[in-house]
Amino acid sequence: DLWGPLVLCVSLALMLQDGSADSKDDGGPQFAEVFVIIWFGAVVITLNSKLLGGTISFFQSLCVLGYCVMPLTMAMLVCRLVLLVDAGTVSFIIRLIVVGAMFGWSTLASTAFLVDSQPPNRKALVVYPIFLFYFVISWMILTFTPQ
Amino acid sequence: MATADDLKFQEFDDAANLLAANPDATTISIDEPVEIPKNQHSRLQEPGREEDDELLGTDDSDKTELLAGQKKSAPFWTFDYYQTFFDVDTYQVLDRIKGSVFPVPGKNFVRLYIRSNPDLYGPFWICATLVFTIAVSGNLSNFFIHLGKPTYHYVPEFRKVSIAATTIYAYAWLVPLALWGFLMWRNSKVMNIVSYSFLEIVCVYGYSLFIYIPTAILWIIPQKVVRWVLMVFSLCLSGSVLVMTFWPAVRDDNRRIAVATVATILLLHALLAVGCLAYFFDAPEVEIPAPIIPAHNGTTVITKSH
Repeated sequence: DLWGPLVLCVSLALMLQDGSADSKDDGGPQFAEVFVIIWFGAVVITLNSKLLGGTISFFQSLCVLGYCVMPLTMAMLVCRLVLLVDAGTVSFIIRLIVVGAMFGWSTLASTAFLVDSQPPNRKALVVYPIFLFYFVISWMILTFTPQ
Repeated sequence: MATADDLKFQEFDDAANLLAANPDATTISIDEPVEIPKNQHSRLQEPGREEDDELLGTDDSDKTELLAGQKKSAPFWTFDYYQTFFDVDTYQVLDRIKGSVFPVPGKNFVRLYIRSNPDLYGPFWICATLVFTIAVSGNLSNFFIHLGKPTYHYVPEFRKVSIAATTIYAYAWLVPLALWGFLMWRNSKVMNIVSYSFLEIVCVYGYSLFIYIPTAILWIIPQKVVRWVLMVFSLCLSGSVLVMTFWPAVRDDNRRIAVATVATILLLHALLAVGCLAYFFDAPEVEIPAPIIPAHNGTTVITKSH
């Protein structure tokens, strides 16, 4: 199903809104950008794994990648709460640890699901884009600066 | 039952007759892409042969075109057609990346590593990684440079990601397209020994961009000298890969055109690197302690009034 990923994606995009900006060009990602990155990224990764000879179905892969955004959404929630309290170095370190842990969890979870359907000598080729995908999302979360 | 007769060359019988005689024999339809030669080609066998036709590529070009024809047998609207461009294993991708980072003088990247099996995995994901690496490194380096200044407020500069993506993907696809068109046009005028397919050119460009990924990460260091040294170094490496690939393809042409082509390739490559450095990475400011002496101001006033 795609409801779960959709809900997660929308909530993440909403939480990433209102990132600080001096001008329009310098701010954090807008809602549409987050949405597009997540869905387009998931589609591209699915296509990539299918083109490399994977046997998983298209929507199944999309579903797994979407659900595995959940740890990062939780990290975003924690980050927002921490930023309400304090915006200094300590909070940054806390956020770094939390985001890092959730990034690891997401990547490992989705890799566990998706890698088994790949031919054995191409597993690394499939894992790397997943790593990049969650890295980018983690980066967006970590660099979120409130107004 | 291998009799002596079986070992002699036999006339090929009509397929139907053969099949009627031996219904269990395995049959291969000629329309299907033949798997075995493709696999042999992708393994790095026969290194001796590679030495011989490395630069000339005479024997190879015939075979590669034949195999290229066999590979693209699926119509382009089917999924299988695109799957042929992702027919690479992990070790092959790693080998190609290694070949782009350590160019061996005299070895042609396309002949040595691509061997009629151009893939789209490498170029696409190297470009994607490069886009995000440049955006993230630029952001980080700006953060460190401006850190400590009271007026500085950190911004993620997300717009720059889309700009980086457009630039890099345009470079990695439009320049090969232009180069391929140009080479095809020159080919019709001058018989070249070596000619590349569009995908092979895309492949070379994609893999040659790989060296910029660690370079972009190291560009975080806010020293101008360091940055320019890195730039020149990576430019030399990736530029040499491109030059060694395309020089055999143009050297039979008019001398001036050949040199101009290679010079343009290098110039565009350098332009990309310099542009990225300039746009995404703020210049590290050099702090010169300004001599604040009121007397100095006084003297200037006096001289001005003269």
